[in-house]
Amino acid sequence: MTRALILLRRRLVGSVFVLLLVVIGTFLLLEAAPGDAVDAYIVSTGGDAGMIELLRHRWGLDQSELTRLANYLWALLHLDLGQSVTFSRPIRDVILERLPNTLLLMVSATALSFGLGSALGIYAGARPGSARDRVLSIGSLALYAVPGFWLGLVLIVVFAVDLRWLPIGGIETVASDKTGLDRASDIAIHLILPVAALGFIYLALYLRMMRAGMAEAWRQDFVLAARARGLSRRRVVLAHVARNALLPLITMLGLQSAQMLGGSVVIESVFSVPGLGRLAQEAVASRDTPLLLGIILTSAVLVVVINLLVDIAYAFLDPRVGAGEAGA
Amino acid sequence: MSGFTISRRKMLAGSAMLLASTAMPTLGWAQTPKKGGRLVLAADSEPRNLNPAIVASNGVFFISSKIVETLAEASFDGKDGLAPRLALSWEGAADGLSATFKLRDGVKWHDGKPFTSADVAFSALQIWKPLQNLGRTVFKDLASVETPDDLTAVFKFAKPTPFQLIRNALPALSSVVPKHIYEVGKIEDNPANTAPIGTGPFKFGEYKAGQYYRLTKNTDYWGKDEPYLDEIIYQVLPDRTSAASALEAEEIQLAAFSAVPLADLDRISKVPGLKVITKGYEGLTYQLVVEINHRRKELADLKVRQAIAHAIDKDFVVKTVFLGYAVTATGPVPKNDPQFYTADVPTYAFDVAKANALLDEAGYKKGADGNRFSLKLLPAPYFNETKQFGDYLRQALAAVGIDAQLVNNDSAAHIKAVYTDHAFDLAVGPPVFRGDPAISTTILVQSGIPDGVPFSNQGGYKNDALDALIAKASETLDTTARTDLYKEFQKEVAADLPLINVAEWSFISVARDTVGNIANNPRWAVSNWADTYLAD
Repeated sequence: MTRALILLRRRLVGSVFVLLLVVIGTFLLLEAAPGDAVDAYIVSTGGDAGMIELLRHRWGLDQSELTRLANYLWALLHLDLGQSVTFSRPIRDVILERLPNTLLLMVSATALSFGLGSALGIYAGARPGSARDRVLSIGSLALYAVPGFWLGLVLIVVFAVDLRWLPIGGIETVASDKTGLDRASDIAIHLILPVAALGFIYLALYLRMMRAGMAEAWRQDFVLAARARGLSRRRVVLAHVARNALLPLITMLGLQSAQMLGGSVVIESVFSVPGLGRLAQEAVASRDTPLLLGIILTSAVLVVVINLLVDIAYAFLDPRVGAGEAGA
Repeated sequence: MSGFTISRRKMLAGSAMLLASTAMPTLGWAQTPKKGGRLVLAADSEPRNLNPAIVASNGVFFISSKIVETLAEASFDGKDGLAPRLALSWEGAADGLSATFKLRDGVKWHDGKPFTSADVAFSALQIWKPLQNLGRTVFKDLASVETPDDLTAVFKFAKPTPFQLIRNALPALSSVVPKHIYEVGKIEDNPANTAPIGTGPFKFGEYKAGQYYRLTKNTDYWGKDEPYLDEIIYQVLPDRTSAASALEAEEIQLAAFSAVPLADLDRISKVPGLKVITKGYEGLTYQLVVEINHRRKELADLKVRQAIAHAIDKDFVVKTVFLGYAVTATGPVPKNDPQFYTADVPTYAFDVAKANALLDEAGYKKGADGNRFSLKLLPAPYFNETKQFGDYLRQALAAVGIDAQLVNNDSAAHIKAVYTDHAFDLAVGPPVFRGDPAISTTILVQSGIPDGVPFSNQGGYKNDALDALIAKASETLDTTARTDLYKEFQKEVAADLPLINVAEWSFISVARDTVGNIANNPRWAVSNWADTYLAD
């Protein structure tokens, strides 16, 4: 237990610096983009010089970049994410409203790609070079090569427009006033297509990793020993080969969480899911710097936390990990 | 290209048949529209501020016009193209110093308080004049609003103001909000800006960010038996393909403002139960314009500008970029404007030989590589069509030896590059004609506008005669004389080409056959929908 705690403390201290760098980097990047929030806003309204000046003043854009960055960091120190220019609401509220949707999408898609991917990987890796191995490899590669938005659109056309089995998008039926279980099942039905579109793309990754890991494990001495002991093939595959191939997949899970967040930008737009990815896209288009910073900060925290969990899981799964750090 | 034309024609025939087939039963029901029902439609943007008195824009009106009403609405057959809403009648004094509005009796705000002239006075003086994007220009000389009784509001102007302009501005600029809600605290921070309170047929229900807006029936509405609908739900569908899919899947019943891309209309018009409607946007005409930076020595030469005008095949643009859903333009006032448009202006037929000759005459001979000079071309990214026209213009200019380099930006970057930094030679812009040239058209060519003002002359163009004409028209009170001055203005612009008007277009609606009373006024999508209904 203490080993995990020490690891946790070390990673947390490091994470704060990572987050600070992320904030400053994003701020500077967005400042370097031509046009500010007022430029983005007046696209739909027009307006005279006086009105534009008024808006810049109201939104604090007449201050220097450094002042704004300093103000932002100062507020952040007090755990205040500031006010969104686009929504005229506290950024914390805007993000908290959307975070559950993105998390739901990410977790379900990860579960699908990890679960199905590793299961199929085991199935394929149990008999490397067999027909089923080849079919699965080619099929998953094809899925991996397909752009997410295209897969999403095809799923919509087939299952929502033509067959009408599933809704075309959204996180739940709009203005349905559903509550409780009704609402939960409504949300689940709405999640099927976006989760499939997002999950299937990453499925190939886990499948191939699992398969490769297993191919390697087959050659190991302990597998030979297990087979020599006369264990059944099923037991050798599951308890010895697959189990050892699983470890790198856990690492991948952490790394993949950042990827998944990126992928959700596209999927959320295609399926009209009100999540963080779509919000980020809107924040960039409307040059809402504080909102984008808030989203990136939230995502960064999310990724850091997930990787921390992966590290801890690792420390438990593999006794070799963390021992060195704990001893130092 | 020929295959294209045929499918277009088929499509027109198809929609005509569709119209004919639905016209008869619709006419029969027109007297007794069905009551009740929920209309679900597509919304592609979520405006931050829903107060149409502060933000007079189509994006805001699309939702807010059902909640907050204006003094008058545009009309196909009303006098001066107007129909009464909160005002029953309006009259301007001969000296241009006052305008009197008689208001509707028995109108209540959504919170039950009575609507009076004090609300009109407050909205005009505290919001339209100091805060509204368009009102700041049109109502700049408004000095006071007198309220001799609860149902009369008299606008007093410091300088003579043409009543024709005020009248033309009513549909878009005169949203009235309740004084008793807005007189407390800062107007810009009022919670009613995101949950508006008005007098309209629908009340603001709820807003779920990223998902939907819900408007509910105002049972206390002044219109007899109106509204027919129980609810309007705006479902937020940000992706460009979503609206068409949602219509086909019968999840929504209406997609306005060309939410269904032009390229999909042909296919969608063949889907049983759906109709494509091109009417109902006559008062919201967008103009496809080539903006010119006159600081470039080559472009300061009228012959070069004429050559560019001759190099553009407007018919091709209408047919290919707009798939026929547009008309060619002759000048700065669109052809469908009933008051000001004149066809009596210099025109520039598509003529590559003539364009080449004009460029030769101007002294810009073709170099060894076939190019005369290079230009930076910035197409506005707001519409697919402005981007596509940018691609076309590059080719059209190449045909006359002008090498145009496309620079593609997103909206904010484009606005900054063109209107603040002037970092363009040619730009493609979609200005809006708002019923009177003085609202947002003359500033496209007028000189002396500060840097950074969007959709204005930022090309460094200066023409004293044109400036004098614009100034004279702005203080001419007589409607006929003022109209004539604007005809003169169109001639001068078409002759001197401070910018080049290429085409005029508006939006398309796609709806299920069950949606009734669609497109019955020139600003239908942004009107109050009190009479819209859903048949079985």
